Amino acid sequence: MALLRVSAVTKVYGPLKALDGIDLTVEAGTFHGLIGPNGSGKSTLLKAIAGAHLPTTGSILFDDTDITAMPPYQRARNGLSLKFQITAVLTELSVYDNVLLALQSAEGYGALLRSRSRQRLDAEVMQALERFRLADRADDLAGELSHGEQQWLEIAMALAPRPKLLLLDEPTGGMSPEERRVTGELLTPIKQDCALVIVEHDLDFIKNICDRLTVLDQGRVLGTGTVAEIEGDARVQEIYTRRV
Amino acid sequence: MLPVIELAVFAALVVTPFLLADRTDLITLVTNVIILSLLALSFDLCWGFSGIMSFGQALFFGVAGYVVALVGRDLEFSQLWATLPLAMLVGGLLAAGLAVFLLLGKRTPSSIFVAFGTLTGAYAAERLVAGWQYVGAGNGLSAIRLMAFGDYEFVEGVEFYAVALAALALVYAASRYLVRSQMGLVLAGMRQNEERLAFFGYRVQVFKALVFSFAGMIAGLSGALYSYHQGFTGPSNLGPGLSTTAVIYCLFGGSGTLIGPVIGTAAIEVLSYVLADTDAIRQFWPVILGVVLLVVVAFQPSGLLGLLVSSRERIGSYGARKAVR
Ligand SMILES: Nc1ncnc2c1ncn2[C@@H]1O[C@H](COP(=O)(O)OP(=O)(O)O)[C@@H](O)[C@H]1O
Ligand SMILES: [Mg+2]
Repeated sequence: MALLRVSAVTKVYGPLKALDGIDLTVEAGTFHGLIGPNGSGKSTLLKAIAGAHLPTTGSILFDDTDITAMPPYQRARNGLSLKFQITAVLTELSVYDNVLLALQSAEGYGALLRSRSRQRLDAEVMQALERFRLADRADDLAGELSHGEQQWLEIAMALAPRPKLLLLDEPTGGMSPEERRVTGELLTPIKQDCALVIVEHDLDFIKNICDRLTVLDQGRVLGTGTVAEIEGDARVQEIYTRRV
Repeated sequence: MLPVIELAVFAALVVTPFLLADRTDLITLVTNVIILSLLALSFDLCWGFSGIMSFGQALFFGVAGYVVALVGRDLEFSQLWATLPLAMLVGGLLAAGLAVFLLLGKRTPSSIFVAFGTLTGAYAAERLVAGWQYVGAGNGLSAIRLMAFGDYEFVEGVEFYAVALAALALVYAASRYLVRSQMGLVLAGMRQNEERLAFFGYRVQVFKALVFSFAGMIAGLSGALYSYHQGFTGPSNLGPGLSTTAVIYCLFGGSGTLIGPVIGTAAIEVLSYVLADTDAIRQFWPVILGVVLLVVVAFQPSGLLGLLVSSRERIGSYGARKAVR
């Protein structure tokens, strides 16, 4: 059984079909890349999966549960996590508190009020920060981080609650080539813990870390397959030459 | 810096009755400040800490004030150990009811919706009470039965002052516990980016409803003390006018800190007291207040306290390992 199964999803904005009958299957433990030109519907698809908006038609199954119309907080509790295209770290909180906030989301109201897990989660917070090379920035405000560091912080936050599936929308946007390389290194080991759907413009980056790719164009799936299959696909080549 | 200010304010409130023992009028003034700062604090928990734009805090204040007045009149009962908790219960339940309607609906409410909803609630309540004979209609209820403990009855003065200060200290300690807990971290995150928190799995509106209800309890306590202290309550005690005054107290002193509303209430009430002696100014006082508020909102959105406390300290940190800086 696939971890995520998107079936015939459409999303209509007035006259525009941002998504036009999308099918997408993601197996547990795989990295799945989503590529396609600007405006092809990649972000719209991720948002529909995360619950930021509801699809016009179609259905989304996650871990054997129909989540098509579920509110975002329930999807999160079922093991879905994400980083949107626009970074949304909480800039007025410390880097440490950003991660703590993400980590403690499974606690009940009473436990939060009594700060029951504050001590217990300390080690986990620092571990998450170390993993993304932010440990020595723990006490800084998230707003003081560079753009690249904020992206890392967001990934660290998204991974903190141990999701089954992580959705990343352009995690290397605005990064230097060196930061990009490091991001790839940081992402590779998470395969042991969760599956990934990632949107990226940088084809080399995405080819390196993904098992499978899906190409979108004008709200439709142009092709799905292994990296090698997609690379050999003439239609995909055409799209990418058209774009340049 | 913040703990120093908190300590200084409470120390000042503790020594006040000793310094002013023979000035009954001033004791009454400061008692009023303490009681009203509870109302301002309740607004601050909503707006400053949770991003709920409540323009109806006086609704909970006023209704609780009427309830203790009626319990005194009709049941001839005014023991504070029962009526003050009752007032908190009334304020809390009323706020919870309003929260279900305004916050927990199917669609995520906008802050404008919440602002108008609370404002309308307060407005409707004021009109309703003003036309209702049983509760004294436009005249309100006067000669309210004195608050009592056993055989002891509290009139204006140092003893009443002590009760009010104890109430403020308890509420302050409870609020401080809340906003510095891990739940306080959720609130801090929520007021920065509500949507993002939902994607972590938080039911943002439930957190808001909980804080709103807690704030309703505090407003209720404040309203009961106010009725007892004044010996009178009227329709304007539950309307938009007083609700807005609470907003002003809070914004003036500094929202998002617990001590800000106390300082704001004191500053404004003491200023009005001083200026009320001069007839020429009293007439224009509302205008002056309005202008002052505009200036604060435009140029010093973090209020008086913002002059002393950095935004970093105001927002605070929540981890086990306290930040070193
Ligand atoms: N909220 C919206 N309202 C109207 N049109 C939108 C909205 N969001 C996205 N679109 C449109 O949907 C299409 C797909 O957008 P998007 O998913 O952001 O593309 P991508 O992420 O692949 O670059 C674009 O044409 C975009 O303009
Ligand atoms: Mg996009």
